[in-house]
Amino acid sequence: MTKIATRVAYGEALVELGQKNENVVVLDADLSKSTKTNGFLQEFPNRFFNMGIAEQNLMGTAAGLSTCGKIPFASTFAMFASGRAFEIIRNSICYPKLNVKVCATHAGITVGEDGASHQALEDLACMRALPNMVVLNPADAVSAKKAVFAMAELDGPAYARFGRANVPVIYDEDFVFEIGKGVEVKEGTDATIIGTGILVAEAMEAHETLKAQGINVRVIDMHTIKPIDKDIIIKAAKETGAIITAEEHNIIGGLGSAVAEVLVENSPVPMKRIGVKDTFGESGKPAQLMEKYGLTAAHIVEAVKDIVKNK
Amino acid sequence: MQNVNIQQLQEVATNIRKDIIQAVNAAGSGHPGGSLSAADLLTVLYFHKMNIDPKNPKMENRDRFVLSKGHAAPVLYGALAERGFFPKEELLKLRHMGAMLQGHPDMKNIPGVEMSTGSLGQGFSTTIGMALASKLDKIDNRIYTLLGDGEIQEGLVWEAAMAAGHYKLDNLTAIVDFNGLQIDGRNDDVMTVSPIDKKFESFGWNVITIDGHNMEEIINAFDEAEKTKGKPTVVIAKTIKGKGVSFMEDQAGWHGSAPNDEQTTTALDELGGVK
Repeated sequence: MTKIATRVAYGEALVELGQKNENVVVLDADLSKSTKTNGFLQEFPNRFFNMGIAEQNLMGTAAGLSTCGKIPFASTFAMFASGRAFEIIRNSICYPKLNVKVCATHAGITVGEDGASHQALEDLACMRALPNMVVLNPADAVSAKKAVFAMAELDGPAYARFGRANVPVIYDEDFVFEIGKGVEVKEGTDATIIGTGILVAEAMEAHETLKAQGINVRVIDMHTIKPIDKDIIIKAAKETGAIITAEEHNIIGGLGSAVAEVLVENSPVPMKRIGVKDTFGESGKPAQLMEKYGLTAAHIVEAVKDIVKNK
Repeated sequence: MQNVNIQQLQEVATNIRKDIIQAVNAAGSGHPGGSLSAADLLTVLYFHKMNIDPKNPKMENRDRFVLSKGHAAPVLYGALAERGFFPKEELLKLRHMGAMLQGHPDMKNIPGVEMSTGSLGQGFSTTIGMALASKLDKIDNRIYTLLGDGEIQEGLVWEAAMAAGHYKLDNLTAIVDFNGLQIDGRNDDVMTVSPIDKKFESFGWNVITIDGHNMEEIINAFDEAEKTKGKPTVVIAKTIKGKGVSFMEDQAGWHGSAPNDEQTTTALDELGGVK
């Protein structure tokens, strides 16, 4: 299976977008080689602003550009975008509902060797709590690229999360990315795994493993964390009777929390959450960390079996 | 300085000061001290310097002003109301539930407000984006922002100052309302920010220091800023917090408290009384 990092797709999408729309501008904070915005820099140097290692001013400047009709894509690592610049995103972008796209790469534990200080595991929770903010977490390179195009069409603030590590490509090029619509990627009736980001691929692998054991689980790619697709969650709860969420994020405040909110208010069913269990990460290879922190297909399989047994 | 009637500008500034007192009194809370100190600066911008149209607040290629010290909202609201962006009656509904005039500037609902501000340093940062956009689109307009001298203790201010110098944003003028006081007392007692001029200079700014209550000096400074090419200009305007109301002048206590009815009457009398 082809593996591509979602950040690579992000960089390619920006170049395509830049050709189509001259209002698109890109800002970075001395990380353009890592965030992959350097492709845009080469094509459109006039529309690229390196703001230096100053993430707060990166967001403020993006806000100012947007008031003059530009569509700024403000890029840095997820930790610094959602963490260090949080209040600027809140007050200068979300409160006035400005057309700024915060694009955060190197999210999650799979940033690996850099360790806990760089492993953003709370960004989805932080961004989800902001009024007006749309929160996207694409699962693969195809979906990442389409997420960028969809964001550009949207009039208002959006946050998108991209990863550093190479991950399987699960969609083909004609995949339609619609903000706010979850995607059923595998059919099933015994339980539903709702995954987001790179855990969608793990969930699909879990689906295959379980199928061989006679358990048919539905798999949903929830690429939009906010607004969350309530309909697809309620339908899955009613039709399969059990939900397992899976995310490369703290177990508190991200996808699992968002899904739980929908379930308890609409259609309560047994639920389990796969995620980092309210702890910081550590240095290591991405695969080792996924294993240690309980984020692999095997962990999902165990959770599904447990929930199906007790449903 | 041709065709400028200084006396008329002074009258406008006095009216804005009255607006501030009445609005904050009606609200029962708000920030009169740092609003009164900036009244002369905003008067020159809104009644002499800026290319704006109250009937068309979103006019293309307009000059833009961002109140980075957003708590001084009453002076901005006073200037906008006096200039005709919205009816003066709105001033007396300041900070009331359901009113247009929020405690801090809200760009979505108040005509003429270019950026929502209130968290210090953020307004200044957004003007970097506005100035860059004008450069990119080759628009010959000017961007102005007013900072408090306490505000410049925020790290974000220096990130923005660095970027403005780096990108040689000569269409940007920052003004520091240098009244020497912040909530907890004198700036230099709370956290030393001086020398402000040398800090901006070292980030590549043209620095002009003036008396922020002298109309001629304010006008001359903005004219010089406009003529200065290749670097942004900061106007360090020495002001008196609470200027125009004797019992408020140079008192940190009037940073964020509203005058009662009696104090309001006294203040308005000092300002020449209500027309």
